[in-house]
Amino acid sequence: MKYVDEYRDPAAASRLAQEIRRAARHPWTIMEICGGQTHTIMKSGLQDLLPAEITLVHGPGCPVCVTPIELIDKAVEIASRPEAILCSFGDMLRVPGSGRSLFDAKASGGDVRIVYSPMDALKLARAHPERQVVFFAVGFETTAPANAMAVWQASREGIENFSALVAHVLVPPAIEAILQSSNCRVQAFLAPGHVCTVMGYREYEPLAARYHVPVVVTGFEPVDLLEGVSMAVAQLEAGRAEVENQYSRAVARMGNQPAQQRVAEVFEVSDRQWRGIGEIPASGLRLREPYRRFDACERFGLLAAGAREPKECISGLVLQGLKKPYECPAFGGQCTPERPLGAPMVSSEGACAAYYQYGKREHARN
Amino acid sequence: MCLAVPGKIVEIHEDADPTLRRAKVDFAGVRKDVSLAFTPEAVHGDYVLVHVGFALNVVDEEEAHKVFEHLKQMGELADLEESGS
Amino acid sequence: MPEINLSCPVPLPAGDRILLAHGGGGKLMNQLIERVFLPAFSNPALECRHDGATLTVGGARLAFTTDSYVVHPMVFPGGNIGDLAVNGTVNDLAMCGARPLYLSSGFILEEGLETETLCRVVESMRLAAQAAGVSLVTGDTKVVDRGKADGIFINTAGIGLVEHSLSIGPQSVQPGDAVILSGDLGAHGVAILSVREGLEFEAPIVSDTAPLWAPVEALLKAGIEIHCLRDLTRGGLASTLNEIAGTRQVGVRIREVDIPVEDAVRGACEILGLDPLYVANEGRFAAFVPAVQAQRTVEILAQFPVCNGAIIAGEVVEDAPGVVVLLSRIGGNRVVDMLSGEQLPRIC
Repeated sequence: MKYVDEYRDPAAASRLAQEIRRAARHPWTIMEICGGQTHTIMKSGLQDLLPAEITLVHGPGCPVCVTPIELIDKAVEIASRPEAILCSFGDMLRVPGSGRSLFDAKASGGDVRIVYSPMDALKLARAHPERQVVFFAVGFETTAPANAMAVWQASREGIENFSALVAHVLVPPAIEAILQSSNCRVQAFLAPGHVCTVMGYREYEPLAARYHVPVVVTGFEPVDLLEGVSMAVAQLEAGRAEVENQYSRAVARMGNQPAQQRVAEVFEVSDRQWRGIGEIPASGLRLREPYRRFDACERFGLLAAGAREPKECISGLVLQGLKKPYECPAFGGQCTPERPLGAPMVSSEGACAAYYQYGKREHARN
Repeated sequence: MCLAVPGKIVEIHEDADPTLRRAKVDFAGVRKDVSLAFTPEAVHGDYVLVHVGFALNVVDEEEAHKVFEHLKQMGELADLEESGS
Repeated sequence: MPEINLSCPVPLPAGDRILLAHGGGGKLMNQLIERVFLPAFSNPALECRHDGATLTVGGARLAFTTDSYVVHPMVFPGGNIGDLAVNGTVNDLAMCGARPLYLSSGFILEEGLETETLCRVVESMRLAAQAAGVSLVTGDTKVVDRGKADGIFINTAGIGLVEHSLSIGPQSVQPGDAVILSGDLGAHGVAILSVREGLEFEAPIVSDTAPLWAPVEALLKAGIEIHCLRDLTRGGLASTLNEIAGTRQVGVRIREVDIPVEDAVRGACEILGLDPLYVANEGRFAAFVPAVQAQRTVEILAQFPVCNGAIIAGEVVEDAPGVVVLLSRIGGNRVVDMLSGEQLPRIC
């Protein structure tokens, strides 16, 4: 596959790893933000190619992990209504809310369907005018344009039986929250490539300057990640703190204008709860007033309810890179992929699940 | 939620309304119908990055090769160092 | 020390309901078997945990197996539920090293099913049985209310004759054994998904459903000391290797570069966010043989079109018992775990 295979080339990977080993004179802690990047790191065993000086920590890059419990509970509530069809991406189905997940709701008779695009949900709404079709609109900025288009289209065509349960989150405020934390150990960031395809990388420039951290916009294939790490290490060793773009084949500084415009038309910035972290101001998106009737909470009259994360779950600390999953007292005992206490154990990208999966390798190395 | 895969545009379905412009994109022999609403500049033969049914950008061919140019240079430099120059 | 047996995690409910995941061929299904079925029916044959049971009756060694087929859609590129129902059970017998002889077939039909569809499925079964050299000797038919059966559910049971003296099953696997794949992965799962998801292909991906006794027979005739055979159905190669590693408490090492996947299957997996290691196959198997016989095994298999692409993909080791490790293309190591349930497409 073009633009994929070349970035999985073993010789290129090896050469970049060599370069990193040569350049790294000091220990450095680097955080990658996106769940997809974590996935590649784990899947290709990338850590094995890095020298001991480089520690990768996995940030809150999986929206599954950072979707608040309350919203899962609302999705489950909606799914159990007979008139509703709840549509979601695959990843979300396993995340437990206060008690149940969407999978559980499905097992109890709820109409829960996996879709690959919000437009599939819209199609369902057109085909079933007698049902209420709800799309679980989770994601970073990458997915916002598609979700905005679905709502905009629904509005334009008058598909009034469609609504969206909105749980969008934004990356730069999350990075800032991590950097502001008093025990932040992260010295450089690999910014999520596809988020930047949409948004560009201007927003990271003030962060790099204010906190003196290098930010390298990085892609998702092994060669991309190695190059991103290499660029971050070069900056760290030289004492620089700039925003650089490794993923230049897919990212321009200003991002994708038509996509940003559609998002700005349909959504506005709002405060948002991050699971295990708490509220981060201005870190989410909600529907603007002219589109508010497509908000599923309004459509179904769902009130805000308090929801509790089990006390043992330290996911917030894990998500911020402050703790490794195996430093959590519940890890692997009370909290396992089969009985997760918190979201990082659930998602295949979640830091805890990734460690649990590849845990034996990590323990052997350390 | 960032899985976006590059594929080649093999067919375009024009529309006066740019939000309805679509393409058939080929991924190693699999073809999917994709919206070009966010990539009005995309043309037949371009590679686009596709995420949840939408093309998010046209892959910049020149930029794509830069890492390999850089690696080649690194390789040549390493060879020079090895040969003791 | 956490139990090394994990994957795309599914929250176990309070245990009061069966989830779809329990049928996924992964960890939850194995737990269900361990906690509900095995304790109830325990006996030595069942404890072997192989695709079929090898039994001694009179003086003969027989293999006996059963499987149910609930695939949706019923008809897909490359076959239909009928082909699967015959080939699947034939193959479970072949995986015991048994010559498949007789099948039974129970049909559960949904009220409202078109007779023509049923005839089509039955005709496929007839042809598949013929190709596999088996006879369908007994059967049963039930009809249930509309909405209770997804068109057709089929159960087939099979009897085969074991004509060798090997003990083929997980218990015979040894550290040092070679792991051999009979061909490329993922065609069946992608063929099914292509219908469900409306994927289009330049050249259509068809299910790899096929009978596998002929290549197995050839291996036996050539004197290959087969330790274990396992077909790669639900849960894919990853689940099979994990089951063997777990049952036999050995480690398994495989190499990504030696795992064959057709381009279009790979493309489909990329865009759907699936890992080919976990995608279902219906005409592929893994063989565990002594290392010295590995090359010969591949040569014998390569004579059969259904084993086009047969390759030595890895080995069994003593290290890290119960864990399957993959050497990635770029030289890193990755633990390939067992799925909890069905693999879900990811968009992360």
